[in-house]
Amino acid sequence: MTQITFIDAQGTARSVAAEDGATLMETAVRNAIPGIEAECGGACACATCHVYVDPAWQDRLPAPQTMEEDMLDFAFDVRPNSRLSCQIRIKAELDGLTVTTPERQA
Amino acid sequence: MTETIKTDALIIGAGPVGLFAVFELGLLDIKCHLIDILPKIGGQCAELYPEKPIYDIPGFPVVTGQGLIDNLMKQIEPFGPTFHLGQMVESLESIGSAQAPLFRVTTDAGAVFEAKTVLIAAGGGSFQPKKPPIAGIDDYEGKSVFYAVRKMEEFRDRTILIVGGGDSALDWTLNLQPIAKRVILMHRRDEFRAAPHSVDQMRSLVADGKMDLILGQVMALKGEHGQLEAATIRAADNTTIDVACDRLLPFFGLTMKLGPIADWGLNLAENLIPVDTEKFETNVPGIFAIGDINAYPGKLKLILSGFHEGALAAQKVHRYVYPEKRLLFQYTTSSSSLQKKLGVA
Repeated sequence: MTQITFIDAQGTARSVAAEDGATLMETAVRNAIPGIEAECGGACACATCHVYVDPAWQDRLPAPQTMEEDMLDFAFDVRPNSRLSCQIRIKAELDGLTVTTPERQA
Repeated sequence: MTETIKTDALIIGAGPVGLFAVFELGLLDIKCHLIDILPKIGGQCAELYPEKPIYDIPGFPVVTGQGLIDNLMKQIEPFGPTFHLGQMVESLESIGSAQAPLFRVTTDAGAVFEAKTVLIAAGGGSFQPKKPPIAGIDDYEGKSVFYAVRKMEEFRDRTILIVGGGDSALDWTLNLQPIAKRVILMHRRDEFRAAPHSVDQMRSLVADGKMDLILGQVMALKGEHGQLEAATIRAADNTTIDVACDRLLPFFGLTMKLGPIADWGLNLAENLIPVDTEKFETNVPGIFAIGDINAYPGKLKLILSGFHEGALAAQKVHRYVYPEKRLLFQYTTSSSSLQKKLGVA
C-alpha cells in the first residue's frame, strides 16, 4: 500500500493508504477526501479533481499529457504544480506523495 | 404566433436514456419529441466522453460514448423522433388532470409543446457555462460579465476581456475584434486548444497591434453597481496587474446544473427527482424521470439502469396516451406487429 497525504485548503492533512493502479482521484473519492468533486467520474472532462502537487514531488510524477493540460484550462487558480488527480496513477514509487486541494473546484 | 407542437410524449434530454425511451415508446405506438440544451444529440456520452470506452453496456464488450449514441440513433430510426436541439426547457405547466394529464412546455428558443406525458431524462441536468469562482462575480453577471454572446451590438466600442484558450474564446475574439474598442484575450499559457487557423489569425492581429494577448488568470474584479472597470490579473510571471475593461467574457467550459427543473412543482431530493420503481413516475401523474436524474432506493447511475427505467415508464405512458387500449406484452423476436413497426417484417 502506498501512503498519500491530502491537505485541504484550510491546512488539515489526511493520510490514506492508496491501492496501486488506482488513480489519485479514485483514492480521494474512496476515502471521502473533501475538496475533490470529480464530476465526470475520471474521464478527464471536467477539471473538478484539480490538486496542487507538493513541489518536492512535481518532477517525480510523469508529466501531464496534452489532454490534461487542455483540461486544466478549465480549472481555476492554476499554478505550475497544478494537476488533475484523475490522471495520476498510484504506484509504489509515489509512497509519501503529498497534494493540496484548492479552495474551490468550480 | 408560434405553432404549438402536440405530442404524445416529450422527452427532455437526448442522452442515451432519452434515446432508448424513444425505442420503448415507439414499440407501443407512442411518438416522441426530444429537447436538449446541447446543439448535438448524445448528452454526456457525446459531450464529455465521445472517445472513451464504456465496458458495461450489455451485449457490448466495449463501445465508445459516441459509438453507443450512433447505434441508438440507428435503433430508433424506425420511430422517426423529432429533435429540438440547442434549447432549454424553461417552463412546464400542467393543463390537464390526473386521469388525463396534459402539459404545456416552453423552451428558451420560443418553442411551445402540448404533451400528454413528459419524460425527464436530463442526466446531471443541463449543460451550462462554468462560472469562474471570482468573489462578487454575480453582481456583474448580465450587466458587464457574460458567458455567451447573444447580441454582438452590446459589445460595440467596448474594451472586452475574453478569457480562455478554446474555440469559443478564440472565435469570439476574432468576431468581436472588428467592432470592439479593444479586445484583450487572456489565457493561462501560450498554447491554445482552439483550431490552429483561429490561433494564427489571433496572433497576427496581436503582431499588428490590433488586439492584446495576456498570459495570466483573473483573480478579482473591480467596478461598481455591476459595471466592470478593471480585472485584477495574476500574470504568468506571478506579478499582479489591473487590466482596464468594461466587458468580461469567461469561457471555462460547461458544467451540469439542474436549472429550471427545480421550478416545475416536482418533489426533489438533493437535486434528484424521486420516482416509484414500478412506473418511474414522479409525484406529478404523467411526468416521469428516468436515468441519472431520478432517485429511488437502490438506484445505480448506470446507463443500463436508465434503459430499464425507460422500458417500464413506457408501459404507464401507454395507459395515459391510449386509455382505452389493452396493452399486450410482446417480444421483438416473435411479434409480427412489433417487427412491422421496426420495419423488418
